[in-house]
Amino acid sequence: MSDMLLAFILTAIKSVVLLVVLLICVAFILLADRKIWAAVQLRRGPNVVGPFGLLQSFADLLKFVFKEPIIPSGASKGIFLLAPLVTCILALAAWAVIPVQAGWAIANINVGILYIFAISSLGVYGVIMAGWASNSKYPFLAALRCAAQMVSYEVSIGFVIITVLMCAGSLNLTAIVEAQDTKFGLFGWYWLPLFPMFVVFFVSALAETNRPPFDLMEAESELVAGFMVEYSSTPYMMFMLGEYVAVVTMCALTSILFLGGWLSPLPFAPFTWLPGVFWFVLKICLVFFMFAMVKAMVPRYRYDQLMRLGWKVFLPISLFMVVAVAAVLQFFGLAPMGV
Amino acid sequence: MVNDLLSAYLPLAIFIGVAVVIGLALLISPFLIAYQQPDPEKLSAYECGFNAFDDARMTFDVRYYLVALLFIIFDLEVAFLFPWAVTFGALGWFGFWSMMIFLGVLTIGFIYEWKKGALEWD
Repeated sequence: MSDMLLAFILTAIKSVVLLVVLLICVAFILLADRKIWAAVQLRRGPNVVGPFGLLQSFADLLKFVFKEPIIPSGASKGIFLLAPLVTCILALAAWAVIPVQAGWAIANINVGILYIFAISSLGVYGVIMAGWASNSKYPFLAALRCAAQMVSYEVSIGFVIITVLMCAGSLNLTAIVEAQDTKFGLFGWYWLPLFPMFVVFFVSALAETNRPPFDLMEAESELVAGFMVEYSSTPYMMFMLGEYVAVVTMCALTSILFLGGWLSPLPFAPFTWLPGVFWFVLKICLVFFMFAMVKAMVPRYRYDQLMRLGWKVFLPISLFMVVAVAAVLQFFGLAPMGV
Repeated sequence: MVNDLLSAYLPLAIFIGVAVVIGLALLISPFLIAYQQPDPEKLSAYECGFNAFDDARMTFDVRYYLVALLFIIFDLEVAFLFPWAVTFGALGWFGFWSMMIFLGVLTIGFIYEWKKGALEWD
């Protein structure tokens, strides 16, 4: 019994540490996003709070907490407050299964990727609830758009995951990373053999997390600020937090599925001495840099173009690639026997 | 068996529990410490300065329903593919061809939707 209790407390401590580290990382990622965006536009970005503006996100947190929280009189109060909570918790919950290093996952369950897929699918509920509960026209329209968009791109993300699973032969995230551990180093990772799927996954991840150029739900020029128009104070912040945590999750997932997770890019001595978590964080930062550059450089899509891209381009490509990958693995007998 | 399952999934429950605590703390804190002075104008829905004419929960375009329907079909298909993809190597040629036939049937449905214009947004 005391063993159980000890394990319980240990897991709770690990969870708290992971979440706190994650939230601090998200604070700096948010700053990095603003800094990169500013640099592309030849501005300085936030540079007042702390050296180089490093503490900007923490100042923002304090500001949000001291702002007056407003619940519109027409809103459904319970759902109105539940929506940011759901968004935030679901975004954080995905991190329970992500391995930051060999064996370093809170819950190393054998259906890890299925869990992440399920959790990220539920994310759309936060959006719908917020849009519906606000009882205001702009949030309602934005929530509809956003839900349709997230749902459309989830299908191609699903097919991309299927191709990776066929190559790796397991649903466990640790096993997927280990399947990429070959003597070829970074050329053995799945981004090279599955390059089209890597591109499809990256663009779908942008759309799934509502990042520019697919941020149609908060197209300022037409919908003011999307489904969070009526929100203020920390409920608003929790949407932002959920969005950025989801972005970091997508970066982590890209690293795990295509960029070899915690593996070192060059599989020999001086590089393998570094701990895996270093490489993992480096890869997340690299993928996030691409996210940030896309935000800074690409103009926003129109809604019909967005739906066309999702249903008429990515869906056929990913469907075809599932068949192609299956055929190649089967004809050349490369499929992992597994299970 | 039950214990194995518990020891694998208990950390998950604990982690989500910690996430709920953090989320609730963030959500409740401004209600406790921030200065609040509500008035009817402040609490009215955002509508470019005038009062809303009617309820905002209005009818919307039928194409959103179509997207939802298509999503169900293809997401179920993905869910159906998951176990197949994991055991792909062990299933051999029989598994390969049966899934190809299934995907073929779905592709015919997809082409039909495309030709019918269910994917058009203008």
